[in-house]
Amino acid sequence: MIDALVLTILMTSVPLILAATGELVVERSGVLNLGLEGMMLMGAVSAFALTYVSGSLLVGLLAGIMSGCLTAAIFGFFVLGLATNQVATGLALTIFGTGLSGLIGSDFVGKAIEGLPTVFPETLSNMPFIGVFFALDAIAYLSIFISFLVWIFLFKSKYGLILRACGISHNSAHSLGYKVLTVRWCSILFGGMMAGLAGAYLPLMLTPHWSEGMTSGRGWIALALVVFASWMPSRIVYGAILFGAITIMQLAGQARGWTIPPQFLSSLPYIATIFVLVLISSKGTAKYLAPSDLTRPFISSK
Amino acid sequence: MTTKPVLLESREISKSFGSFLANDSINFDILEGEIHGLLGENGAGKSTFVKMVYGLLEPSNGTFYWNGKKIIIGRPQEARNFGIGMVFQHFTLFPTLTVIENIQLSLNDNFATHELRDTINKKSAEFGITVDPDIYIRDLSVGEQQRVEILRCLLQNPKLLIMDEPTSVLTPQESEQLFSVLKKLSETGCSILFISHKLKEIKKITQRATILRRGCVVSTVETADVSTEQLAKMMVGSNPQIVKPKTAKKSSAILVRISGLNRPADNPFATALDNISLNVKAGEIIGIAGIAGNGQSELMEVLSGEWRSTETIDIFDVLGTDIRNYSPHKRRLLGIGFLPEERHGHSAVINMKLTENTLLTNHNNPVIQKNNIVKNENLEKLTTNIIDKYDVRTPFQNPQASSLSGGNLQKFVVGREIIKKPRVLFVAQPTWGVDIGATKFIRNALIDLANDGCGIIVISQDLEELFELADNICVLFRGKLSESKPLQELSSQKIGMLMGGEDLHSESKGH
Repeated sequence: MIDALVLTILMTSVPLILAATGELVVERSGVLNLGLEGMMLMGAVSAFALTYVSGSLLVGLLAGIMSGCLTAAIFGFFVLGLATNQVATGLALTIFGTGLSGLIGSDFVGKAIEGLPTVFPETLSNMPFIGVFFALDAIAYLSIFISFLVWIFLFKSKYGLILRACGISHNSAHSLGYKVLTVRWCSILFGGMMAGLAGAYLPLMLTPHWSEGMTSGRGWIALALVVFASWMPSRIVYGAILFGAITIMQLAGQARGWTIPPQFLSSLPYIATIFVLVLISSKGTAKYLAPSDLTRPFISSK
Repeated sequence: MTTKPVLLESREISKSFGSFLANDSINFDILEGEIHGLLGENGAGKSTFVKMVYGLLEPSNGTFYWNGKKIIIGRPQEARNFGIGMVFQHFTLFPTLTVIENIQLSLNDNFATHELRDTINKKSAEFGITVDPDIYIRDLSVGEQQRVEILRCLLQNPKLLIMDEPTSVLTPQESEQLFSVLKKLSETGCSILFISHKLKEIKKITQRATILRRGCVVSTVETADVSTEQLAKMMVGSNPQIVKPKTAKKSSAILVRISGLNRPADNPFATALDNISLNVKAGEIIGIAGIAGNGQSELMEVLSGEWRSTETIDIFDVLGTDIRNYSPHKRRLLGIGFLPEERHGHSAVINMKLTENTLLTNHNNPVIQKNNIVKNENLEKLTTNIIDKYDVRTPFQNPQASSLSGGNLQKFVVGREIIKKPRVLFVAQPTWGVDIGATKFIRNALIDLANDGCGIIVISQDLEELFELADNICVLFRGKLSESKPLQELSSQKIGMLMGGEDLHSESKGH
């Protein structure tokens, strides 16, 4: 019973880790992409449709990643190419992704596919207490690994340093000769791929079917998670498990007739985020602060 | 002296932005191991020139020679590969990164962090610049931040170090320290291009100096052979002709009375205003000269009411009313007009149409608005009036402010203030970056207004402008305002020296 609950919490946190880690890289480079929900939905519907048609999970996964990337490219074209307002463009992307995924997915509602298999044999996952950690699928382990790689990249490599520099002061970065727009393009596309993968995880693993708007706000929770984690990759993993636990508690509580209103539980991630924001703005080291050029468009002259 | 070989040679380097020629055929050379000054007023084209040397801007014309070989500097990375380092006027540091990370960003090679920490410590000991490599930039003072900027250039073992107005943010003591570092560096054979508008510094630290005015080289001189007066004259040019005679009768009615105006600095880059006193009579134009960053924008904010205080200002009366606590809106109701320096976004909202921009300063006019309903017809009429009377050339009927050229937008905002017939007008840089025709037009309009009895304060870095407009001139230097003197008693050399911080102290001691 407890094992099942822990397993569900871990699985719920996987798409949050993936989407938030991608968004963290985007925000660290100075761009806020509020279109996370839209990109995840596009990833989800493409992954489901291609898996259903081709019968191959790998094809489905790749389709999810690619369509997240393509949706992000639309965003990049507007905010980097045309220097549009990032908040408005991001919101528009979410609306666009929600609508288009519903249209594409209308033929696939009610159809079922085979989900992702677990990695380890049942003998391992049936072990008491620790067995649950061996009961996950490949993407779940991958998500932790990616988060670790992103940390290495951002804080141990020169390219990561350049990326963070672009988010702190694009004018300074430009003065030192770095190509701010190229850096931001790469981050946005990476963020899109991660969101697409996060979206793909939903119909391929979490609930092996497609329904319209099936992300049900996970994109927004992932956005809050980036702030909650104060732009640090490792904290995204802890935060995602915490937020995942809150989401599951809400469902479990409803099933058991708890007296805590589910609306309150579903607002907890956001309350926690505001709490963290207050904490880091009152004190806290420079490392954990928001990138100072976040949402400011960069226009270069030569 | 000139037996040293030439390191960098600039041949006919020009740079234009649209129709504006920022640099016009710049010719001069920098010798190995020399400290070479680049002297000029704001807008003379100094920064544009060095940005081309550092690969941030592309010359429209001309060639650079490095050790006698023709080179093209396409990017800052390439400049650094040649051995050119640059310390920017507005630092290019990242406040939420550590010193060591900031230095890594300016190095083309990839260093291991612990190796770099050793190198930093070695270099900082060598030149007597101590900085903790692991501290965050935002925890450093401005002087310390500059040391990081210099240190990261030194780590590239530069052959040429460009310093863009390095002392503008430093205290006198910090400047002294900087000079000793630069001297030490030049002894090791590194050339330094030292950009400044402060005559004393140029005299003190450079061997030769090139003077720029309006984008052209005036001369290259051995600094030991010229006086600061001669440098000042070359920097600002000769006294120009008056646009239009002023006919206002001398009046004794004081319209604006300011005394004991103090304003503390809000941030490390701001200048504190220090005990400023100033009176403006009817029909009088007071010119406030000074190099940018000596408190002009802070003073303008106090005049317009964007910054208010009853505690640090003793007296600020206009037309006999104490306006220390008046908002800009209330000040407008009293008959005061303002024209801030920045036309994009400060005196005009560039994404709004001209009619909307007119409304912004005229909404209290009963002809334009009654019971909070705007009378569009009258608003359009007023806008058309401004456009016709002040010769604003628009691409089409009622365009957005952003589609007007700088000069035309400036004529529009000037006209918008003047057409209200203000009794007092505060303007900053009324002809900054405006072409000659529009400049003349705006200056004449201001003189007409004064002739009608309006009291005007003009804050400007353009001495020529002040000579054409002002009855009395005072100079703002490091937040202090010199005594206002009638135009006849002043020469441009004298003002140039006051602007460079000369004489001011000995003068103020006399009072």
